[in-house]
Amino acid sequence: MMSTLLDVQNLWVRFPTRNGVFDAVRGVSFTLGRERLGIVGESGSGKSMTGRAILRLIRPPGIVEADQVNLEGQDLMKLSEKDMRSVRGQRISMVMQDPKFSLNPVMTIGDQIIEAYRLHNSASKADAYNKSLEMLEAVSIRDAERVMRAYPHEMSGGMGQRIMIAMMLIPNPEILIADEPTSALDVSVQRQVLDIMDKLVKERGMGLIFISHDLNLVADFCDRVLIMYSGRIVEVCDADKLHEAKHPYTRGLLNSLPRLDAPRDRLEVLERDPQWSEAPSVSGSE
Amino acid sequence: MAETQTMREWLLAETPTSRRHAKISALYQGWLSFRSNTMAMIGLGILVLLVFIAAAAPLLSPHDPFVQDLGNRLAPLGTDGHIFGTDSLGRDILSRLIYGARITLYIVALVALIAPIAGLLVGTVSGYVGGWTDTVLMRITDIFLAFPRLVLALAFVAALGAGIENAVLAISLTAWPPYARIARAETLTIRSSDFISAIKLQGAGPLRIITRHIWPLCISSLIVRVTLDMAGIILAAAGLGFLGLGAQPPSPEWGAMISEGRRFILDYWWVATMPGLAIFTVSLAFNLLGDGLRDVLDPKAGE
Amino acid sequence: MSMLDVNGLNVWFGKNRDRVDAVKGATFDVGQGESFGLVGESGSGKSTILRAITGLAPNWSGAMTLDGKPIGKKRPKEFFKTVQMVFQDPYASLHPRHSVDQVLGETLHLHGFKDIDARVVKLLDDVGLGQKFRFRYPHQLSGGQRQRVAIARALAPEPELLLLDEPTSALDVSVQAEILNLLADLRNDRGLTYLMVSHDLSVVGHMCDRLAVMKDGEIVEILGVEALRAMNATHPYSKQLLQASL
Repeated sequence: MMSTLLDVQNLWVRFPTRNGVFDAVRGVSFTLGRERLGIVGESGSGKSMTGRAILRLIRPPGIVEADQVNLEGQDLMKLSEKDMRSVRGQRISMVMQDPKFSLNPVMTIGDQIIEAYRLHNSASKADAYNKSLEMLEAVSIRDAERVMRAYPHEMSGGMGQRIMIAMMLIPNPEILIADEPTSALDVSVQRQVLDIMDKLVKERGMGLIFISHDLNLVADFCDRVLIMYSGRIVEVCDADKLHEAKHPYTRGLLNSLPRLDAPRDRLEVLERDPQWSEAPSVSGSE
Repeated sequence: MAETQTMREWLLAETPTSRRHAKISALYQGWLSFRSNTMAMIGLGILVLLVFIAAAAPLLSPHDPFVQDLGNRLAPLGTDGHIFGTDSLGRDILSRLIYGARITLYIVALVALIAPIAGLLVGTVSGYVGGWTDTVLMRITDIFLAFPRLVLALAFVAALGAGIENAVLAISLTAWPPYARIARAETLTIRSSDFISAIKLQGAGPLRIITRHIWPLCISSLIVRVTLDMAGIILAAAGLGFLGLGAQPPSPEWGAMISEGRRFILDYWWVATMPGLAIFTVSLAFNLLGDGLRDVLDPKAGE
Repeated sequence: MSMLDVNGLNVWFGKNRDRVDAVKGATFDVGQGESFGLVGESGSGKSTILRAITGLAPNWSGAMTLDGKPIGKKRPKEFFKTVQMVFQDPYASLHPRHSVDQVLGETLHLHGFKDIDARVVKLLDDVGLGQKFRFRYPHQLSGGQRQRVAIARALAPEPELLLLDEPTSALDVSVQAEILNLLADLRNDRGLTYLMVSHDLSVVGHMCDRLAVMKDGEIVEILGVEALRAMNATHPYSKQLLQASL
């Protein structure tokens, strides 16, 4: 049994609206060890909200509630905003979908990485520079010196995402939350970015929460998968057994994908059963 | 109760049944989100009150705003029959303020009609057509922008002759360039969007695209800008009045009233302060309203 | 008989030093009633070909013929009665302030139809939306519903050739299945010709009869869907793409 890094119990995310309270995440529980945990679901299933809620990054008027979000014995729900800030980045990092929006467009990449490094470590400029170079090389960027001098708009999507990952890994976090980190990338680049993340997670023994809408990708890349539907977990399974999933929703999603090796005249259309959203959330605890 | 409930449901229906229903429903939803903004509602309240006061001026004002009473000049606040006192010619300040609301509204309405529409025309044509048209129109805009507003207005009024209509015209002439700039900037982003490409592929011409597809998206930000600018316009009109180039005596325009009261400001402060407060209140109301409208109208603000 | 013939098409953006050649010497043809796919990674110029055909990318050279008639620099109104396009992002392709009724009504009006009301009703039924969506605004619709409206708009002038620019890449997989089924049905019912752009080989493999693989603005290979399914690509880049998509 591997050690538990993060223990989330009964997590809710609520948004008060004009027509009453909208629950984006409804009582989700799961644990994360030193593993690659995938969260899949369609848009609106609450998968991104779950990732953000762990870091308490839900913007007001949104509300996060949970029995506990336990990071190695420390309940994140009880921390002050100030303490929370040191958890974000320091112990849990997050990589977003589009690197364009996460990098500052008017600073060189080098300056941004150095700044991020010096924020978390007391180091001289020269040390920080060398460390940053190392980080960029760790994410397989070949001419790191040139990249350090470049601005974000000069980078391709794949490069940008690698730089983001490099920045997120600087403080050596225990957990990395990746929210659709590759969906803005081409397939060939996608693979490379995933390989880098995989390598880093393994080498450093991090926990990875990988949020994606792409079932095949998650089945391929993760160890364990949570399938979310309308704010709840409907099924938990091992990633390599995802194609044998039982829940009709998961089955429907899998069958609705066109496949090269199994041509069909018509694709199967997912029939949504209202009971799915009523059934209690499955626990994703190990 | 049941009646109002169904009315509300009808207004908030997710599936409108007719064109009219859809329009009204969209308006109602806008109203709901506007209503939740307290400050904006205060602004709207003040302005509705202003319109009411202007409309009912003869009924509300205790005295004739033009009748002089030299025996009772510069009476202080709270004098019997003259709550806000009297001015240097013994005219009741409250009555003059009430009648002045009409002039203020007149100026505001006219400028609000002329300037944004001129700006919208110039800006959208310039942004959509591009090329030489854009260069020429934008350089003309720059020329107008290069002068301080009041100085330019002064020059116009001096050329056209003093008077309230010319003041309005002069203010409008100086007020349109910022609107043209905004409209052009918006047009540039809208122009390259997919829904404009889509309507082009239906064979729509530039005229239809500008009027039917670009205008509706520019207008909301212009309305917001206009309400935020209203304060400035009132102040400019007051400034012209103050300099004697706007409304002419004995017209109870608020700026002209301040100008008159200035001579006694040390000994009889209320003569200038009362119209000043009126200008302040109305300007503030427009600003609050503009802020609220921005939240409702800005399509980028989300659902 | 070919519906669309593209011969030596070059498309570029910018002038002189800033000139970027987005498409270089593309040559392919789409038969009447065929469904043809253009596949490639972002920046390969696949969408640009569609924009050049419709005139949205004005700088092009080469020869294009539609139904035997050459496509000139200026496209007459009749052109858009034959060719229509569905855009990638249904959130960007509908005017945010126009209701579904306005979108379809205006399109029909522009094409000179008289019985607009009856046609709007029919179009909505054809794309599986139904009447209750007629007076809704885009923000009241889901992504899939919006894309259905966009398809209805493209169908309004009763075109023969439909250009599909990644019509499902912004949608969830279950919604993608619905839209792809709808497109397949429409093609069967109306005998439409499709030219479909996608980065997803399995989608193209599902929808198309033949496809062209693009890289850096050039078509590197044209192959039939059977060859694709059998992984019988000859060009190394196509092989690589096939590998990556499995």
